[in-house]
Amino acid sequence: MNGVHDMGGMQDFGPVEHEQNESVFHAPWEGRAFALNLAAGAWRKWSLDALRHQIELLPPVDYLRLSYYEKWVAAVSERLVSSGLISRAELESGRPAQDSVKATPALTADQVPSMLRSGAHASRDVKIAPRFHAGQRVRARNVNPVGHTRLPRYARGKTGAVHRDHGVYVFPDTLAHARGENPQHVYSVRFAARELWGDQAPPRDSVYIDLWDDYLEPA
Amino acid sequence: MSEHHHDHQTVPSDPALRVKALESLLTEKGLVDPKALDALIDTYQYRVGPRNGARVVARAWVDPAYKQRLLADGTSAIAELGYGGAQGEHMVVVENTPRVHNLIVCTLCSCYPWSMLGLPPVWYKSAPYRSRAVIDPRGVLHEFGLDLAEDVEVRVWDSTAELRYLVLPERPKGSEALDEEALANLVTRDAMIGTAKVSLPLGAAA
Repeated sequence: MNGVHDMGGMQDFGPVEHEQNESVFHAPWEGRAFALNLAAGAWRKWSLDALRHQIELLPPVDYLRLSYYEKWVAAVSERLVSSGLISRAELESGRPAQDSVKATPALTADQVPSMLRSGAHASRDVKIAPRFHAGQRVRARNVNPVGHTRLPRYARGKTGAVHRDHGVYVFPDTLAHARGENPQHVYSVRFAARELWGDQAPPRDSVYIDLWDDYLEPA
Repeated sequence: MSEHHHDHQTVPSDPALRVKALESLLTEKGLVDPKALDALIDTYQYRVGPRNGARVVARAWVDPAYKQRLLADGTSAIAELGYGGAQGEHMVVVENTPRVHNLIVCTLCSCYPWSMLGLPPVWYKSAPYRSRAVIDPRGVLHEFGLDLAEDVEVRVWDSTAELRYLVLPERPKGSEALDEEALANLVTRDAMIGTAKVSLPLGAAA
């Protein structure tokens, strides 16, 4: 989806504001929001890509106005409802429905360390032939999918060279929409800054972007 | 998914109240355990932060064989020091040299190597950084007080997939006598994102 989240290359957001000695959370609710997201995610009712897409679906004005954790709360609330874990009425009232049956949490405190230690691997140990190899010239496809994608607009149609094959990973464009993992190779592709931005860019600078097989074509 | 225009997208008005209401609802329904939330918060507030990445960097500075392993296979070399897991499952380490400067960004959201650096600072997640790091990295670095010579090659890494990046900064001149622990104390979060260099505190040259 060509949304405001895909902001690489925009120039009108002003200078980067760098806060000295910034605390991890700026208010207690940010920590609760962060943790709620992980604890709700432990039900495995949605993928990380689905959650990312949910954030992208925020109206653009809200996307730009809301803080990071506010966006998380908005997205996880929607996912909780669409997955059926809670109802819209429960979300709005803040109270369980009368016929709500109490569940057992998917993540308990004693499980937190092991969950964080193991993480969630997006790589897949399956034999799939890579379509490209290191050193090969490739072009990022000029595509404009209306769903979730991790192919940024600023790279589409641009030519680069495969720097490295990272191996096989799940494919966000299908996974975010519950259409399967569609595992395929992901490559680090080097694009010269001048290819992306024209002659104003310094001649030797570059941007490396991680791109899936389906995003690329031979150049 | 076809419903990419949600009629009922919930946008919190007062985030503190909304989060409190959501937590209490999910707790009452038995969907989350408040103690698990406490444990998650405690982890990222006190246990997992840039200190992890700093230890990896310091080890690479004192142990050339480790550095070689780190650059070849970041995930495995980082696991040697006991780090890994959430948002550090697949690590790539890129090396700064006098000729090459690396900078990490996630233009599409805010992907960040949690297991190495903890949770990202606000500026890393902000529109100004995400938008301009790829088109004007030198301008962004200037705003961080870092001006690179023209002949230094800038490489920006846009974290579009599940690979997470860590910059191995240059070891500062004058740090030859420092041990691994003292070196780790010099390494900052920003240096491991690429928005700063590592420097010795004034008067600390050994």
